[in-house]
Amino acid sequence: MLPLPEIKDLVFLGIAGFTLVSAAIVSFSRSIVYSGFALLGSFAGAVGLFVLLSSDFVAATQLLIYVGGILVLILFAIMLTSKIGDVKLTNLSVNRKIGIPIITLFTLFLLSTLAKGTWLVVEKEEYRSMVKPIGDALLSKYLLPFEVVSIVLLGALVGAIVLIKREVK
Amino acid sequence: MVSLQSYLIVTAILFSLGLYNIFTRNNSIGILMGVELILNAASINMVAFAHFNGNDIAGNIFSLFLIVLAASEAAVALAIVVSIYRQFHTIEASEATTLKG
Repeated sequence: MLPLPEIKDLVFLGIAGFTLVSAAIVSFSRSIVYSGFALLGSFAGAVGLFVLLSSDFVAATQLLIYVGGILVLILFAIMLTSKIGDVKLTNLSVNRKIGIPIITLFTLFLLSTLAKGTWLVVEKEEYRSMVKPIGDALLSKYLLPFEVVSIVLLGALVGAIVLIKREVK
Repeated sequence: MVSLQSYLIVTAILFSLGLYNIFTRNNSIGILMGVELILNAASINMVAFAHFNGNDIAGNIFSLFLIVLAASEAAVALAIVVSIYRQFHTIEASEATTLKG
């Protein structure tokens, strides 16, 4: 008799399935509007996976930045799509005959590598909040990357403004 | 029962879907969505490794940096898409054929 699945496994299966189905809709839908909203489901599924991995701070950041920021940017940019009323034509796939075999082979290769490998797993401790350790590490051990990434972010934002403001004759 | 490998399998499939998206889309924003899927898969992977390494800190920090870099990438890429739209009046990737119009 098979062992009964624990509740944690069921939750994992549900969240993982939700994420993958949303990502599949993003990849295979022919309407870019559907793709954009399925991307929301995929990001939300990632938030669930982060929570399952007991990483609360990363989950909150994902929710704030991806779902709140990047997704709104992408939905805004979708409005630029011409022929957006014509749902079937907005998100055409090209090179499908070449793409599907390559990606299938690549996925099978990845999965077989994952199945063959042995992964060292350290016994994990009980759940604890990650906010304080992350803050401590960011301001001590990882101070320099933290500052560098803030400069990168500033440069990217200024660059985006410069690109948008440029006049085209 | 939920092991490191189950997370890795989920992220491998997520990565492949994003790669497929990048390969086959003709719409620039569709390609950008593929990039976001790939970055998401990478960051879930890092957090999974950190979790099964005894709640390590470094994996969490790396995924935070990844999220910041994804945000700046999205901002710059969408700015480029907007300026391509101004130049060519379309955002199909196959239509933008010159760098300077």
